Amino acid sequence: MSITNIDTQVFAKQLRIHVLNMTSSGGSSHVGAAFSMADIIAVLYGHSLKIDPQLPKWADRDRFILSKGHAGACVYAALALRGFFSVDKLLTHYKDGSYLSGHVSHKGNPGVELSTGSLGHGLSVGSGMAYAAKADNKNYRVFVQLSDGECDEGSNWEAILFSAHHHLDNLVAIVDYNKIQSLAPVAETVGLEPFSDKWRAFGWAVREVDGHNHEELKAAFASIPAETGKPTVVIAHTIKGRGVSFMENTVLWHYRTAKGEEFDAALRELEAK
Amino acid sequence: MRDAFIATLSELAKKDKKIILITADLGFGVFNKYREELPKQFLNVGVAEQNMTGVATGMALEGYTVFTYSIANFPTLRCLEQIRNDAAYHGANVKVVAIGGGFSYGALGMSHHATEDLAIMRAIPEVTVVSPGCIWETQRATEALVNTPGTCYLRLDKSNAGDTSLPGEVFQIGKARRLKEGKDLTIVTTGGILCEVLAAFDRLQKEHQINCRVVNVHSLKPFDEEEILSAASETGGIVTVEEHVVEGGLGGLVAEICLENGQPPRLFHRIGLRGGFASKVGSQEYLRKHYDMSEDAIVNAVLRLVSQRRPLDSSQELKVTTLH
Repeated sequence: MSITNIDTQVFAKQLRIHVLNMTSSGGSSHVGAAFSMADIIAVLYGHSLKIDPQLPKWADRDRFILSKGHAGACVYAALALRGFFSVDKLLTHYKDGSYLSGHVSHKGNPGVELSTGSLGHGLSVGSGMAYAAKADNKNYRVFVQLSDGECDEGSNWEAILFSAHHHLDNLVAIVDYNKIQSLAPVAETVGLEPFSDKWRAFGWAVREVDGHNHEELKAAFASIPAETGKPTVVIAHTIKGRGVSFMENTVLWHYRTAKGEEFDAALRELEAK
Repeated sequence: MRDAFIATLSELAKKDKKIILITADLGFGVFNKYREELPKQFLNVGVAEQNMTGVATGMALEGYTVFTYSIANFPTLRCLEQIRNDAAYHGANVKVVAIGGGFSYGALGMSHHATEDLAIMRAIPEVTVVSPGCIWETQRATEALVNTPGTCYLRLDKSNAGDTSLPGEVFQIGKARRLKEGKDLTIVTTGGILCEVLAAFDRLQKEHQINCRVVNVHSLKPFDEEEILSAASETGGIVTVEEHVVEGGLGGLVAEICLENGQPPRLFHRIGLRGGFASKVGSQEYLRKHYDMSEDAIVNAVLRLVSQRRPLDSSQELKVTTLH
Protein backbone atom coordinates (compact mmCIF):
# COMPACT_ATOMS: atom_id res chain seq x y z
CA MET A 1 0.00 0.00 0.00
CA SER A 2 1.25 3.44 -0.83
CA ILE A 3 1.26 5.46 2.35
CA THR A 4 1.80 9.11 1.55
CA ASN A 5 3.20 11.70 3.88
CA ILE A 6 0.13 13.84 3.53
CA ASP A 7 -1.26 15.18 6.79
CA THR A 8 -4.83 14.05 6.36
CA GLN A 9 -6.12 16.60 8.87
CA VAL A 10 -4.69 19.41 6.77
CA PHE A 11 -5.93 17.68 3.63
CA ALA A 12 -9.47 17.48 5.05
CA LYS A 13 -9.38 21.18 5.96
CA GLN A 14 -8.27 22.04 2.43
CA LEU A 15 -11.01 19.87 0.98
CA ARG A 16 -13.70 21.65 2.97
CA ILE A 17 -12.41 25.08 2.01
CA HIS A 18 -12.32 24.12 -1.67
CA VAL A 19 -15.81 22.62 -1.45
CA LEU A 20 -17.14 25.80 0.14
CA ASN A 21 -15.52 27.95 -2.53
CA MET A 22 -16.68 25.70 -5.35
CA THR A 23 -20.28 25.35 -4.25
CA SER A 24 -20.64 29.01 -3.36
CA SER A 25 -18.97 30.26 -6.48
CA GLY A 26 -20.91 27.94 -8.73
CA GLY A 27 -24.15 28.20 -6.78
CA SER A 28 -24.51 24.46 -6.32
CA SER A 29 -26.01 22.44 -3.49
CA HIS A 30 -24.91 19.53 -1.33
CA VAL A 31 -22.27 21.25 0.74
CA GLY A 32 -23.57 19.42 3.82
CA ALA A 33 -23.20 16.04 2.12
CA ALA A 34 -19.67 16.88 0.96
CA PHE A 35 -18.59 18.09 4.40
CA SER A 36 -19.91 14.99 6.12
CA MET A 37 -17.63 12.74 4.07
CA ALA A 38 -14.65 15.10 3.78
CA ASP A 39 -12.65 13.25 6.41
CA ILE A 40 -13.30 9.90 4.71
CA ILE A 41 -12.18 11.32 1.38
CA ALA A 42 -9.13 12.93 2.98
CA VAL A 43 -8.07 9.63 4.52
CA LEU A 44 -8.70 7.70 1.30
CA TYR A 45 -7.02 10.12 -1.12
CA GLY A 46 -4.41 11.34 1.32
CA HIS A 47 -3.46 8.01 2.80
CA SER A 48 -5.21 4.72 2.08
CA LEU A 49 -5.91 4.47 -1.65
CA LYS A 50 -3.18 2.96 -3.80
CA ILE A 51 -3.21 5.50 -6.63
CA ASP A 52 -0.78 7.35 -8.84
CA PRO A 53 -1.82 10.83 -10.01
CA GLN A 54 0.61 10.53 -12.91
CA LEU A 55 -1.05 7.30 -14.05
CA PRO A 56 -4.77 7.67 -13.42
CA LYS A 57 -5.50 4.40 -15.28
CA TRP A 58 -2.70 2.42 -13.66
CA ALA A 59 -3.95 -1.19 -13.83
CA ASP A 60 -3.21 -2.04 -10.19
CA ARG A 61 -4.67 1.10 -8.62
CA ASP A 62 -7.37 0.86 -6.01
CA ARG A 63 -10.72 1.85 -7.50
CA PHE A 64 -12.84 4.45 -5.77
CA ILE A 65 -16.44 5.05 -6.80
CA LEU A 66 -18.44 7.93 -5.42
CA SER A 67 -21.92 6.49 -5.54
CA LYS A 68 -23.34 9.51 -3.70
CA GLY A 69 -22.43 11.55 -6.74
CA HIS A 70 -24.03 14.73 -5.43
CA ALA A 71 -21.02 15.22 -3.16
CA GLY A 72 -18.75 15.28 -6.20
CA ALA A 73 -17.17 18.64 -5.33
CA CYS A 74 -15.25 16.95 -2.53
CA VAL A 75 -13.80 14.27 -4.83
CA TYR A 76 -12.92 16.81 -7.49
CA ALA A 77 -11.05 18.79 -4.84
CA ALA A 78 -9.23 15.69 -3.62
CA LEU A 79 -8.18 14.75 -7.15
CA ALA A 80 -6.98 18.27 -7.89
CA LEU A 81 -5.05 18.50 -4.64
CA ARG A 82 -3.40 15.17 -5.40
CA GLY A 83 -2.41 16.40 -8.84
CA PHE A 84 -4.79 14.53 -11.14
CA PHE A 85 -5.71 17.88 -12.64
CA SER A 86 -5.17 21.54 -11.97
CA VAL A 87 -6.49 23.11 -8.77
CA ASP A 88 -7.44 26.18 -10.83
CA LYS A 89 -10.01 24.06 -12.63
CA LEU A 90 -11.99 23.62 -9.41
CA LEU A 91 -13.55 27.05 -9.61
CA THR A 92 -15.18 26.15 -12.93
CA HIS A 93 -17.38 23.73 -10.96
CA TYR A 94 -21.06 23.98 -11.88
CA LYS A 95 -20.39 26.76 -14.36
CA ASP A 96 -21.07 27.08 -18.09
CA GLY A 97 -18.83 24.89 -20.19
CA SER A 98 -17.22 23.04 -17.28
CA TYR A 99 -16.75 19.28 -17.02
CA LEU A 100 -16.95 19.57 -13.24
CA SER A 101 -20.66 18.83 -13.03
CA GLY A 102 -22.64 19.03 -9.83
CA HIS A 103 -22.72 15.23 -9.77
CA VAL A 104 -19.38 13.56 -10.26
CA SER A 105 -18.39 12.84 -13.86
CA HIS A 106 -15.47 10.96 -15.38
CA LYS A 107 -15.59 12.88 -18.65
CA GLY A 108 -12.69 15.27 -18.82
CA ASN A 109 -11.70 14.50 -15.25
CA PRO A 110 -8.80 12.06 -14.83
CA GLY A 111 -9.07 9.96 -11.69
CA VAL A 112 -12.86 9.72 -11.59
CA GLU A 113 -13.71 6.05 -12.07
CA LEU A 114 -17.44 6.37 -12.56
CA SER A 115 -19.94 9.11 -13.31
CA THR A 116 -22.82 8.96 -10.93
CA GLY A 117 -25.65 11.18 -9.76
CA SER A 118 -28.56 8.81 -9.79
CA LEU A 119 -28.30 6.97 -6.50
CA GLY A 120 -27.95 3.22 -6.20
CA HIS A 121 -25.59 2.63 -9.12
CA GLY A 122 -22.09 2.61 -7.68
CA LEU A 123 -22.15 -0.56 -5.63
CA SER A 124 -23.18 -2.78 -8.56
CA VAL A 125 -20.49 -1.36 -10.79
CA GLY A 126 -17.98 -1.70 -7.96
CA SER A 127 -19.09 -5.31 -7.49
CA GLY A 128 -18.39 -5.94 -11.16
CA MET A 129 -14.92 -4.44 -10.81
CA ALA A 130 -14.25 -6.53 -7.72
CA TYR A 131 -15.52 -9.65 -9.48
CA ALA A 132 -13.20 -8.91 -12.41
CA ALA A 133 -10.26 -8.42 -10.04
CA LYS A 134 -10.86 -11.85 -8.55
CA ALA A 135 -11.19 -13.43 -11.99
CA ASP A 136 -7.97 -11.75 -13.12
CA ASN A 137 -6.06 -12.51 -9.90
CA LYS A 138 -5.53 -8.80 -9.32
CA ASN A 139 -4.93 -7.37 -5.89
CA TYR A 140 -6.56 -4.00 -6.21
CA ARG A 141 -9.42 -3.10 -3.91
CA VAL A 142 -12.67 -1.41 -4.82
CA PHE A 143 -14.08 1.26 -2.52
CA VAL A 144 -17.62 2.53 -2.98
CA GLN A 145 -18.82 5.55 -1.05
CA LEU A 146 -22.55 5.47 -0.37
CA SER A 147 -24.83 7.86 1.43
CA ASP A 148 -27.30 6.69 4.02
CA GLY A 149 -30.35 7.92 2.15
CA GLU A 150 -29.02 6.10 -0.88
CA CYS A 151 -29.52 2.83 0.96
CA ASP A 152 -33.25 3.26 0.25
CA GLU A 153 -32.47 2.24 -3.32
CA GLY A 154 -33.24 -1.45 -3.84
CA SER A 155 -30.45 -1.85 -6.39
CA ASN A 156 -27.93 -1.54 -3.56
CA TRP A 157 -29.39 -4.56 -1.88
CA GLU A 158 -29.13 -6.54 -5.11
CA ALA A 159 -25.43 -5.70 -5.14
CA ILE A 160 -25.08 -6.46 -1.44
CA LEU A 161 -26.51 -9.95 -2.00
CA PHE A 162 -24.37 -10.53 -5.08
CA SER A 163 -21.04 -9.49 -3.64
CA ALA A 164 -21.48 -11.53 -0.47
CA HIS A 165 -22.51 -14.58 -2.49
CA HIS A 166 -19.34 -14.27 -4.55
CA HIS A 167 -17.11 -13.63 -1.53
CA LEU A 168 -15.83 -10.33 -2.91
CA ASP A 169 -13.59 -9.50 0.02
CA ASN A 170 -11.77 -6.97 -2.14
CA LEU A 171 -14.89 -4.79 -2.09
CA VAL A 172 -15.45 -2.08 0.51
CA ALA A 173 -18.65 -0.14 0.89
CA ILE A 174 -18.42 2.99 3.01
CA VAL A 175 -21.65 4.49 4.24
CA ASP A 176 -21.59 8.15 5.14
CA TYR A 177 -24.12 7.71 7.91
CA ASN A 178 -24.92 11.31 8.80
CA LYS A 179 -28.53 10.36 9.49
CA ILE A 180 -30.04 13.17 7.47
CA GLN A 181 -31.33 12.79 3.95
CA SER A 182 -32.57 15.44 1.58
CA LEU A 183 -35.94 16.29 3.13
CA ALA A 184 -35.75 14.96 6.67
CA PRO A 185 -33.78 12.77 9.06
CA VAL A 186 -33.28 9.20 7.86
CA ALA A 187 -35.16 7.84 10.86
CA GLU A 188 -38.23 9.86 9.91
CA THR A 189 -38.02 8.98 6.22
CA VAL A 190 -37.31 5.27 5.84
CA GLY A 191 -35.45 4.07 8.89
CA LEU A 192 -32.34 1.97 8.31
CA GLU A 193 -31.84 0.60 11.81
CA PRO A 194 -30.72 -1.91 12.87
CA PHE A 195 -28.37 -0.97 10.06
CA SER A 196 -25.23 -2.93 10.82
CA ASP A 197 -27.30 -6.02 11.56
CA LYS A 198 -28.79 -5.79 8.10
CA TRP A 199 -25.38 -5.81 6.44
CA ARG A 200 -24.21 -8.60 8.71
CA ALA A 201 -27.29 -10.65 7.91
CA PHE A 202 -26.53 -10.19 4.22
CA GLY A 203 -23.08 -11.73 4.71
CA TRP A 204 -20.88 -8.65 5.03
CA ALA A 205 -18.15 -7.88 7.55
CA VAL A 206 -19.15 -4.72 9.38
CA ARG A 207 -16.89 -2.06 10.85
CA GLU A 208 -18.46 0.93 12.59
CA VAL A 209 -16.24 3.95 12.95
CA ASP A 210 -16.39 7.61 13.79
CA GLY A 211 -16.31 8.98 10.27
CA HIS A 212 -14.41 12.06 11.42
CA ASN A 213 -11.70 10.16 13.29
CA HIS A 214 -8.83 9.70 10.89
CA GLU A 215 -7.07 7.04 12.91
CA GLU A 216 -10.20 4.90 13.03
CA LEU A 217 -10.72 5.33 9.31
CA LYS A 218 -7.09 4.50 8.51
CA ALA A 219 -7.24 1.41 10.67
CA ALA A 220 -10.45 0.25 9.00
CA PHE A 221 -9.07 0.75 5.48
CA ALA A 222 -5.77 -0.91 6.42
CA SER A 223 -7.48 -4.14 7.41
CA ILE A 224 -9.37 -5.08 4.27
CA PRO A 225 -10.85 -7.60 4.17
CA ALA A 226 -12.12 -7.24 7.69
CA GLU A 227 -13.09 -10.90 7.43
CA THR A 228 -11.68 -13.22 4.80
CA GLY A 229 -14.21 -14.15 2.16
CA LYS A 230 -16.60 -11.31 2.96
CA PRO A 231 -17.01 -7.87 1.52
CA THR A 232 -16.53 -5.14 4.10
CA VAL A 233 -18.85 -2.29 4.95
CA VAL A 234 -17.45 0.61 6.92
CA ILE A 235 -20.38 2.34 8.51
CA ALA A 236 -18.99 5.77 9.18
CA HIS A 237 -21.00 7.73 11.73
CA THR A 238 -20.75 11.31 10.61
CA ILE A 239 -22.25 14.74 11.10
CA LYS A 240 -23.85 16.33 8.08
CA GLY A 241 -22.24 19.69 7.36
CA ARG A 242 -19.29 18.84 9.62
CA GLY A 243 -16.86 21.73 10.03
CA VAL A 244 -19.20 24.70 9.98
CA SER A 245 -21.24 25.06 13.16
CA PHE A 246 -24.40 26.45 11.60
CA MET A 247 -24.42 23.77 8.90
CA GLU A 248 -23.97 20.83 11.21
CA ASN A 249 -26.84 18.41 11.68
CA THR A 250 -29.31 20.38 9.64
CA VAL A 251 -31.56 19.33 6.80
CA LEU A 252 -31.31 22.87 5.39
CA TRP A 253 -27.71 22.57 4.28
CA HIS A 254 -28.33 19.60 2.07
CA TYR A 255 -29.46 22.04 -0.61
CA ARG A 256 -28.58 25.52 0.62
CA THR A 257 -25.67 27.42 -0.88
CA ALA A 258 -23.57 29.68 1.34
CA LYS A 259 -23.65 33.26 0.06
CA GLY A 260 -22.55 36.63 1.46
CA GLU A 261 -22.22 36.68 5.22
CA GLU A 262 -22.91 32.97 5.50
CA PHE A 263 -20.03 32.26 3.16
CA ASP A 264 -17.70 34.55 5.08
CA ALA A 265 -18.66 33.01 8.41
CA ALA A 266 -18.25 29.47 7.07
CA LEU A 267 -14.82 30.25 5.62
CA ARG A 268 -13.69 31.84 8.89
CA GLU A 269 -14.68 28.71 10.81
CA LEU A 270 -12.97 26.34 8.36
CA GLU A 271 -9.78 28.37 8.27
CA ALA A 272 -9.64 28.62 12.05
CA LYS A 273 -9.57 24.84 12.49
CA MET B 1 -32.65 -17.01 -32.86
CA ARG B 2 -31.93 -17.70 -29.22
CA ASP B 3 -30.17 -20.98 -29.95
CA ALA B 4 -28.27 -19.44 -32.86
CA PHE B 5 -27.15 -16.61 -30.61
CA ILE B 6 -25.93 -18.91 -27.85
CA ALA B 7 -24.18 -21.28 -30.25
CA THR B 8 -22.41 -18.38 -31.94
CA LEU B 9 -21.50 -16.73 -28.66
CA SER B 10 -20.17 -20.01 -27.38
CA GLU B 11 -17.76 -20.30 -30.29
CA LEU B 12 -16.65 -16.70 -29.83
CA ALA B 13 -16.20 -17.15 -26.09
CA LYS B 14 -14.02 -20.21 -26.58
CA LYS B 15 -11.61 -18.03 -28.52
CA ASP B 16 -11.83 -14.99 -26.27
CA LYS B 17 -11.68 -15.56 -22.53
CA LYS B 18 -12.74 -11.98 -21.92
CA ILE B 19 -16.26 -12.68 -23.17
CA ILE B 20 -18.70 -13.19 -20.32
CA LEU B 21 -22.38 -14.08 -20.44
CA ILE B 22 -24.51 -12.90 -17.53
CA THR B 23 -28.10 -13.94 -17.10
CA ALA B 24 -30.64 -12.62 -14.65
CA ASP B 25 -31.91 -16.10 -13.85
CA LEU B 26 -33.55 -16.76 -17.21
CA GLY B 27 -32.76 -19.18 -20.00
CA PHE B 28 -33.79 -22.47 -18.41
CA GLY B 29 -31.92 -25.30 -20.12
CA VAL B 30 -30.49 -23.16 -22.89
CA PHE B 31 -27.15 -22.48 -21.25
CA ASN B 32 -26.30 -26.02 -20.22
CA LYS B 33 -23.72 -26.62 -22.91
CA TYR B 34 -22.24 -23.14 -22.69
CA ARG B 35 -21.99 -23.39 -18.94
CA GLU B 36 -20.42 -26.80 -19.07
CA GLU B 37 -17.81 -25.72 -21.59
CA LEU B 38 -17.18 -22.22 -20.27
CA PRO B 39 -17.93 -22.20 -16.55
CA LYS B 40 -15.70 -19.21 -15.88
CA GLN B 41 -17.41 -17.17 -18.57
CA PHE B 42 -20.92 -17.59 -17.25
CA LEU B 43 -22.62 -15.84 -14.38
CA ASN B 44 -26.18 -15.98 -13.09
CA VAL B 45 -26.77 -12.93 -10.92
CA GLY B 46 -30.24 -13.97 -9.90
CA VAL B 47 -33.41 -12.02 -10.51
CA ALA B 48 -31.67 -8.66 -10.39
CA GLU B 49 -31.45 -6.84 -13.69
CA GLN B 50 -30.21 -3.56 -12.27
CA ASN B 51 -27.34 -5.32 -10.56
CA MET B 52 -26.71 -7.43 -13.66
CA THR B 53 -26.19 -4.31 -15.74
CA GLY B 54 -24.09 -2.57 -13.10
CA VAL B 55 -21.89 -5.64 -12.60
CA ALA B 56 -21.58 -5.97 -16.38
CA THR B 57 -20.43 -2.36 -16.58
CA GLY B 58 -17.89 -2.85 -13.83
CA MET B 59 -16.48 -5.92 -15.58
CA ALA B 60 -16.51 -4.20 -18.95
CA LEU B 61 -14.58 -1.27 -17.52
CA GLU B 62 -11.98 -3.81 -16.44
CA GLY B 63 -11.59 -5.14 -19.96
CA TYR B 64 -14.34 -7.70 -20.40
CA THR B 65 -16.96 -7.92 -23.14
CA VAL B 66 -20.10 -8.68 -21.23
CA PHE B 67 -23.39 -9.95 -22.63
CA THR B 68 -26.35 -9.41 -20.33
CA TYR B 69 -29.24 -11.73 -21.04
CA SER B 70 -32.87 -11.90 -20.12
CA ILE B 71 -36.25 -11.97 -21.76
CA ALA B 72 -38.73 -9.37 -22.96
CA ASN B 73 -38.34 -6.01 -21.18
CA PHE B 74 -36.32 -7.22 -18.22
CA PRO B 75 -32.80 -6.59 -19.56
CA THR B 76 -33.80 -3.20 -20.99
CA LEU B 77 -36.64 -1.31 -19.34
CA ARG B 78 -36.14 -2.77 -15.88
CA CYS B 79 -32.56 -1.49 -15.77
CA LEU B 80 -32.75 1.30 -18.30
CA GLU B 81 -30.91 3.81 -16.18
CA GLN B 82 -28.05 1.41 -15.57
CA ILE B 83 -27.79 0.96 -19.33
CA ARG B 84 -27.86 4.71 -19.88
CA ASN B 85 -25.75 6.07 -17.03
CA ASP B 86 -23.41 3.18 -16.31
CA ALA B 87 -22.88 1.26 -19.53
CA ALA B 88 -23.53 3.71 -22.36
CA TYR B 89 -22.13 6.90 -20.80
CA HIS B 90 -18.89 5.10 -20.04
CA GLY B 91 -18.70 3.46 -23.45
CA ALA B 92 -18.60 0.12 -21.67
CA ASN B 93 -18.59 -3.08 -23.73
CA VAL B 94 -21.93 -4.25 -22.44
CA LYS B 95 -24.08 -6.09 -24.97
CA VAL B 96 -27.67 -6.20 -23.80
CA VAL B 97 -29.54 -9.17 -25.22
CA ALA B 98 -33.30 -9.49 -25.00
CA ILE B 99 -34.93 -12.73 -26.02
CA GLY B 100 -38.52 -12.32 -27.07
CA GLY B 101 -38.97 -9.22 -29.18
CA GLY B 102 -42.52 -8.08 -29.83
CA PHE B 103 -45.12 -10.78 -29.17
CA SER B 104 -42.68 -13.68 -28.93
CA TYR B 105 -44.06 -14.34 -25.47
CA GLY B 106 -47.53 -13.23 -26.48
CA ALA B 107 -49.51 -15.56 -24.25
CA LEU B 108 -47.58 -14.53 -21.15
CA GLY B 109 -49.25 -11.15 -21.14
CA MET B 110 -48.45 -7.46 -21.32
CA SER B 111 -45.44 -7.66 -19.01
CA HIS B 112 -43.74 -9.93 -21.55
CA HIS B 113 -44.59 -7.98 -24.68
CA ALA B 114 -41.43 -6.16 -25.81
CA THR B 115 -43.14 -3.53 -27.89
CA GLU B 116 -41.39 -0.28 -26.97
CA ASP B 117 -37.81 -1.45 -26.60
CA LEU B 118 -36.52 -0.33 -29.97
CA ALA B 119 -37.73 3.24 -29.55
CA ILE B 120 -36.39 3.45 -26.04
CA MET B 121 -33.04 1.87 -26.72
CA ARG B 122 -32.41 3.84 -29.86
CA ALA B 123 -33.02 7.07 -27.98
CA ILE B 124 -30.05 6.40 -25.71
CA PRO B 125 -26.96 8.07 -27.14
CA GLU B 126 -24.06 5.93 -28.24
CA VAL B 127 -25.97 2.64 -28.08
CA THR B 128 -25.88 0.38 -31.13
CA VAL B 129 -29.31 -1.17 -31.76
CA VAL B 130 -29.60 -4.40 -33.72
CA SER B 131 -32.72 -6.40 -34.43
CA PRO B 132 -32.04 -9.39 -36.68
CA GLY B 133 -34.74 -10.94 -38.84
CA CYS B 134 -33.26 -14.32 -39.60
CA ILE B 135 -30.86 -16.91 -38.25
CA TRP B 136 -28.00 -15.79 -40.46
CA GLU B 137 -28.38 -12.20 -39.28
CA THR B 138 -28.48 -13.39 -35.68
CA GLN B 139 -25.22 -15.27 -36.07
CA ARG B 140 -23.49 -12.46 -37.89
CA ALA B 141 -24.84 -9.79 -35.55
CA THR B 142 -23.57 -11.69 -32.52
CA GLU B 143 -20.11 -11.82 -34.06
CA ALA B 144 -20.25 -8.20 -35.11
CA LEU B 145 -21.30 -6.93 -31.69
CA VAL B 146 -18.23 -8.45 -30.07
CA ASN B 147 -16.19 -6.22 -32.35
CA THR B 148 -18.40 -3.16 -31.97
CA PRO B 149 -17.05 -0.92 -29.22
CA GLY B 150 -19.40 0.36 -26.56
CA THR B 151 -22.86 -0.57 -25.45
CA CYS B 152 -25.13 -2.47 -27.81
CA TYR B 153 -28.64 -3.84 -27.79
CA LEU B 154 -29.50 -7.10 -29.53
CA ARG B 155 -33.20 -7.84 -29.84
CA LEU B 156 -33.93 -11.47 -30.61
CA ASP B 157 -37.26 -12.88 -31.69
CA LYS B 158 -38.94 -16.21 -31.34
CA SER B 159 -39.92 -16.17 -35.01
CA ASN B 160 -37.42 -15.79 -37.82
CA ALA B 161 -37.17 -15.89 -41.58
CA GLY B 162 -34.75 -18.79 -41.79
CA ASP B 163 -31.55 -18.05 -43.65
CA THR B 164 -31.94 -15.06 -45.96
CA SER B 165 -28.26 -14.68 -46.79
CA LEU B 166 -27.17 -14.34 -50.37
CA PRO B 167 -24.10 -16.16 -51.67
CA GLY B 168 -20.97 -14.38 -50.50
CA GLU B 169 -22.91 -11.75 -48.62
CA VAL B 170 -21.06 -9.81 -45.95
CA PHE B 171 -22.94 -8.63 -42.88
CA GLN B 172 -22.28 -5.12 -41.74
CA ILE B 173 -23.71 -3.30 -38.73
CA GLY B 174 -25.49 -0.19 -40.00
CA LYS B 175 -26.08 -1.54 -43.48
CA ALA B 176 -29.62 -2.46 -44.50
CA ARG B 177 -30.16 -5.48 -46.71
CA ARG B 178 -32.21 -5.27 -49.89
CA LEU B 179 -33.71 -8.73 -49.95
CA LYS B 180 -36.11 -8.26 -52.84
CA GLU B 181 -35.89 -5.93 -55.76
CA GLY B 182 -39.02 -4.13 -56.90
CA LYS B 183 -40.26 -0.78 -58.15
CA ASP B 184 -43.88 -0.59 -57.05
CA LEU B 185 -43.29 0.20 -53.39
CA THR B 186 -40.84 -0.65 -50.63
CA ILE B 187 -41.55 -2.64 -47.52
CA VAL B 188 -39.04 -1.81 -44.81
CA THR B 189 -38.93 -4.11 -41.84
CA THR B 190 -36.93 -5.20 -38.80
CA GLY B 191 -36.92 -8.31 -36.63
CA GLY B 192 -38.44 -11.74 -36.96
CA ILE B 193 -41.58 -10.30 -38.52
CA LEU B 194 -39.50 -10.39 -41.71
CA CYS B 195 -41.07 -13.80 -42.25
CA GLU B 196 -44.50 -12.16 -42.58
CA VAL B 197 -43.07 -9.57 -44.94
CA LEU B 198 -41.52 -12.17 -47.22
CA ALA B 199 -44.79 -14.11 -47.31
CA ALA B 200 -46.63 -10.90 -48.15
CA PHE B 201 -44.09 -10.14 -50.88
CA ASP B 202 -44.78 -13.50 -52.53
CA ARG B 203 -48.52 -13.03 -52.42
CA LEU B 204 -48.36 -9.50 -53.77
CA GLN B 205 -46.25 -10.72 -56.64
CA LYS B 206 -48.20 -13.84 -57.47
CA GLU B 207 -51.75 -12.72 -56.82
CA HIS B 208 -51.55 -9.02 -57.60
CA GLN B 209 -48.55 -8.63 -59.86
CA ILE B 210 -47.12 -6.04 -57.51
CA ASN B 211 -43.37 -6.08 -57.18
CA CYS B 212 -42.26 -4.66 -53.88
CA ARG B 213 -38.77 -3.91 -52.83
CA VAL B 214 -38.04 -5.48 -49.44
CA VAL B 215 -35.45 -3.82 -47.26
CA ASN B 216 -34.54 -5.51 -44.03
CA VAL B 217 -33.09 -3.20 -41.43
CA HIS B 218 -31.21 -5.25 -38.87
CA SER B 219 -29.46 -2.15 -37.52
CA LEU B 220 -31.62 0.68 -36.27
CA LYS B 221 -28.55 2.45 -34.98
CA PRO B 222 -26.42 3.12 -36.88
CA PHE B 223 -29.02 3.36 -39.61
CA ASP B 224 -28.65 3.03 -43.37
CA GLU B 225 -30.14 6.35 -44.45
CA GLU B 226 -29.03 5.96 -48.03
CA GLU B 227 -30.97 2.76 -48.60
CA ILE B 228 -34.14 4.30 -47.20
CA LEU B 229 -33.79 7.48 -49.24
CA SER B 230 -33.25 5.37 -52.36
CA ALA B 231 -36.43 3.48 -51.55
CA ALA B 232 -38.36 6.71 -51.14
CA SER B 233 -37.15 8.22 -54.38
CA GLU B 234 -37.06 5.09 -56.53
CA THR B 235 -40.26 3.37 -55.46
CA GLY B 236 -42.25 6.36 -54.25
CA GLY B 237 -43.88 4.55 -51.36
CA ILE B 238 -42.81 2.96 -48.11
CA VAL B 239 -44.61 0.63 -45.74
CA THR B 240 -42.74 -0.04 -42.53
CA VAL B 241 -43.39 -3.25 -40.62
CA GLU B 242 -42.31 -3.82 -37.04
CA GLU B 243 -43.58 -5.81 -34.09
CA HIS B 244 -43.43 -2.74 -31.92
CA VAL B 245 -45.52 0.32 -31.25
CA VAL B 246 -45.61 2.63 -34.24
CA GLU B 247 -44.14 5.44 -32.17
CA GLY B 248 -40.42 5.89 -32.24
CA GLY B 249 -39.34 2.59 -33.72
CA LEU B 250 -38.55 1.70 -37.31
CA GLY B 251 -41.49 3.58 -38.83
CA GLY B 252 -40.72 6.72 -36.93
CA LEU B 253 -37.08 6.42 -37.84
CA VAL B 254 -37.82 6.07 -41.55
CA ALA B 255 -40.15 9.06 -41.42
CA GLU B 256 -37.55 11.17 -39.63
CA ILE B 257 -34.84 10.35 -42.12
CA CYS B 258 -37.02 10.95 -45.18
CA LEU B 259 -38.41 14.26 -43.95
CA GLU B 260 -35.13 15.57 -42.67
CA ASN B 261 -33.52 14.87 -46.04
CA GLY B 262 -36.39 16.46 -47.94
CA GLN B 263 -37.26 13.18 -49.61
CA PRO B 264 -40.58 12.01 -48.19
CA PRO B 265 -42.10 9.11 -50.08
CA ARG B 266 -45.37 10.06 -51.70
CA LEU B 267 -47.05 7.16 -49.96
CA PHE B 268 -46.23 6.08 -46.46
CA HIS B 269 -47.71 3.83 -43.82
CA ARG B 270 -46.44 2.34 -40.59
CA ILE B 271 -47.54 -1.14 -39.58
CA GLY B 272 -47.09 -1.79 -35.89
CA LEU B 273 -48.96 -1.81 -32.62
CA ARG B 274 -51.47 1.02 -32.35
CA GLY B 275 -54.12 2.04 -29.89
CA GLY B 276 -52.59 1.13 -26.57
CA PHE B 277 -51.26 -1.94 -24.85
CA ALA B 278 -51.98 -5.38 -26.23
CA SER B 279 -54.20 -6.72 -23.51
CA LYS B 280 -55.33 -9.81 -25.39
CA VAL B 281 -52.98 -12.74 -25.20
CA GLY B 282 -52.17 -15.45 -27.65
CA SER B 283 -49.46 -16.86 -29.84
CA GLN B 284 -47.17 -14.55 -31.74
CA GLU B 285 -49.01 -15.52 -34.92
CA TYR B 286 -52.40 -14.81 -33.37
CA LEU B 287 -51.40 -11.44 -31.98
CA ARG B 288 -49.86 -10.32 -35.26
CA LYS B 289 -53.17 -11.05 -36.94
CA HIS B 290 -55.21 -9.47 -34.18
CA TYR B 291 -53.17 -6.28 -34.14
CA ASP B 292 -52.95 -5.91 -37.92
CA MET B 293 -49.32 -6.70 -38.53
CA SER B 294 -49.58 -10.11 -40.14
CA GLU B 295 -49.00 -11.12 -43.73
CA ASP B 296 -52.63 -10.23 -44.51
CA ALA B 297 -52.31 -6.79 -42.99
CA ILE B 298 -49.13 -6.11 -44.94
CA VAL B 299 -50.73 -7.22 -48.21
CA ASN B 300 -53.78 -5.06 -47.56
CA ALA B 301 -51.71 -2.02 -46.65
CA VAL B 302 -49.65 -2.30 -49.81
CA LEU B 303 -52.74 -2.79 -51.98
CA ARG B 304 -54.43 0.27 -50.53
CA LEU B 305 -51.37 2.44 -50.92
CA VAL B 306 -50.71 1.30 -54.45
CA SER B 307 -54.35 1.97 -55.38
CA GLN B 308 -53.90 5.54 -54.23
CA ARG B 309 -50.77 6.07 -56.21
CA ARG B 310 -50.72 9.13 -58.40
CA PRO B 311 -48.47 9.61 -61.41
CA LEU B 312 -44.85 9.90 -60.44
CA ASP B 313 -44.52 13.37 -61.93
CA SER B 314 -47.29 14.87 -59.82
CA SER B 315 -46.82 16.89 -56.66
CA GLN B 316 -44.01 15.63 -54.44
CA GLU B 317 -45.89 16.56 -51.32
CA LEU B 318 -46.31 13.83 -48.74
CA LYS B 319 -49.57 11.99 -49.27
CA VAL B 320 -51.35 11.47 -46.01
CA THR B 321 -52.89 8.05 -46.08
CA THR B 322 -55.42 6.73 -43.67
CA LEU B 323 -55.85 3.02 -43.60
CA HIS B 324 -58.23 2.69 -40.71
